[in-house]
Amino acid sequence: MEFLSLAEAIAAHVEDGQTVALEGFTHLIPFAAGHEIIRQGRRNLHLVRMTPDLVYDQLIGMGCAARLTFSWGGNPGVGSLHRLRDAVERGWPSPLALTEFTHAEMAGAYQAGASGLTCALLRHHTATDLETVPGAPVKMLRCPFTGVPLAAVPALTPDVTLLHAQQVDVAGNVLLRGIVGAAKEAAMAARCVVVTVEERVDTLNADLNAMVLPAAVIAAVSIVPGGAYPSYAQGYYPRDNGFYLAWDQIARDRASFTAWMERHVLGVRDHATHLRRLGVAA
Amino acid sequence: MSAPPFSPDEIMTVTAARQLRNGAVCFVGIGLPSAACNLARLTHAPDLVLIYESGTVGTRPLVLPLSIGDGELAETATCIVPLPEVFAHYLQRGRVDVGFLGAAQIDRFGNLNSTVIGDYSQPRVRLPGAGGAPEIATYAREVLVIMKQAPRSFVERLDFRTSCGYLGGRGERAASGCPGAGPKAVISDFGVLRPHPETQELELAALYPGVSVAAARAATGWPLKVAAHLETVPAPEPEVLGVLRDLNSRTERAHAAPIHITLPLAP
Repeated sequence: MEFLSLAEAIAAHVEDGQTVALEGFTHLIPFAAGHEIIRQGRRNLHLVRMTPDLVYDQLIGMGCAARLTFSWGGNPGVGSLHRLRDAVERGWPSPLALTEFTHAEMAGAYQAGASGLTCALLRHHTATDLETVPGAPVKMLRCPFTGVPLAAVPALTPDVTLLHAQQVDVAGNVLLRGIVGAAKEAAMAARCVVVTVEERVDTLNADLNAMVLPAAVIAAVSIVPGGAYPSYAQGYYPRDNGFYLAWDQIARDRASFTAWMERHVLGVRDHATHLRRLGVAA
Repeated sequence: MSAPPFSPDEIMTVTAARQLRNGAVCFVGIGLPSAACNLARLTHAPDLVLIYESGTVGTRPLVLPLSIGDGELAETATCIVPLPEVFAHYLQRGRVDVGFLGAAQIDRFGNLNSTVIGDYSQPRVRLPGAGGAPEIATYAREVLVIMKQAPRSFVERLDFRTSCGYLGGRGERAASGCPGAGPKAVISDFGVLRPHPETQELELAALYPGVSVAAARAATGWPLKVAAHLETVPAPEPEVLGVLRDLNSRTERAHAAPIHITLPLAP
């Protein structure tokens, strides 16, 4: 584990063409890291994330992605991710190949990757068209003990998993509090883990069963206050639901999206400047 | 006729809330299902156990969340479990009584599409996708569907089957080994559809006050049958409507509040 600036961490650990997972289920979404990937102009990424959310709408719309693996691709409580739709429906700015799971399957796929297994096993949900799509990732088999039908989901093993968390201690151990989604599984499945955090503290003061990622499994930590905005960091700032609602208009149209990204992501040097320009931080 | 003293969203929410018995374990979706579950919890069903798929269990939010994982849900939860657990330990293990679903399309057997309109590989509209719906549809003991009724959403044939209702009806679902009972009711902005006991085809079982059978039929893309005993849904009780409106206005204020992040001073 080393402490790096976010720009250094992305430069050192995220390369063109890699399989990259930015996890965090509505909470602790690593927006600052996503923006830095956009600023550094990564291309041909295979993006992996259960709920692509605004962060992948931005990466896809800025032409960073060639493939998306996901389980639910909307703007939660609002509607469509317009950039994701434009890429799938009209190939703008470039075509986007999809691998599609259900939430339970994708969570299982991360767990399998985190456990060194080649696949996860789930009870088979009732037949749907999901298993008939071209390249459908799930295969059926029977339990060798009972004969019940099971679904085998191939393991996910990202090259890099990027997370946001509340705190890191001086030794580089990271604490996540609140809704954790599949963050731990996505991290343990990855070859390389990069974490942004709200703050560095002397000791974590974590409960005995708290979710702590030990420094030994982490490649780099960057201190990025507000790094999950417009999602949130429990105990630091709430989700900016107003921004999620506003994004629907910003992203609906290619020109307004591009202008927003140029002004607020490409046109700023770091996340603190991004937050100040949006008027969220003083 | 004068306009009723409640909106379509309000009577849908109240009708959905009435379906929930106190103490039931509900797997809650965002939007109207979340409003309905919390309305039930704040009125006749104080011991309802709400599970949101973000992993918050036993949640008692003061305001409705916009997303499935707002901080409000975490702060008011009995516990927060990792995502793989909420699907494995609660849903797949059979610990959920009622699941809520919505979709872009529903057919006469309650099968749902939330994946694409048009061809999968060349979609006219790419929808968000499955999320937790296939597992909710399979494992919840019963399912409530909440959807606005229109010919383009209540369709003769789905463009894509994302999650199952009664498949082709007449027991096909149970014969496939599916553990949950399937959609018990579809709550629309016209009334309530329920499956026929034998064919399992959705029939118009109840209408909201002032709504006609002809209007409900015109909003349905298949020849909608009417149940033998068509009921009228009672108008929302004024006190229940008051609780719902308070909840919605608290929520609106909370979502409009500006966010301030305090950054450390630059070194």
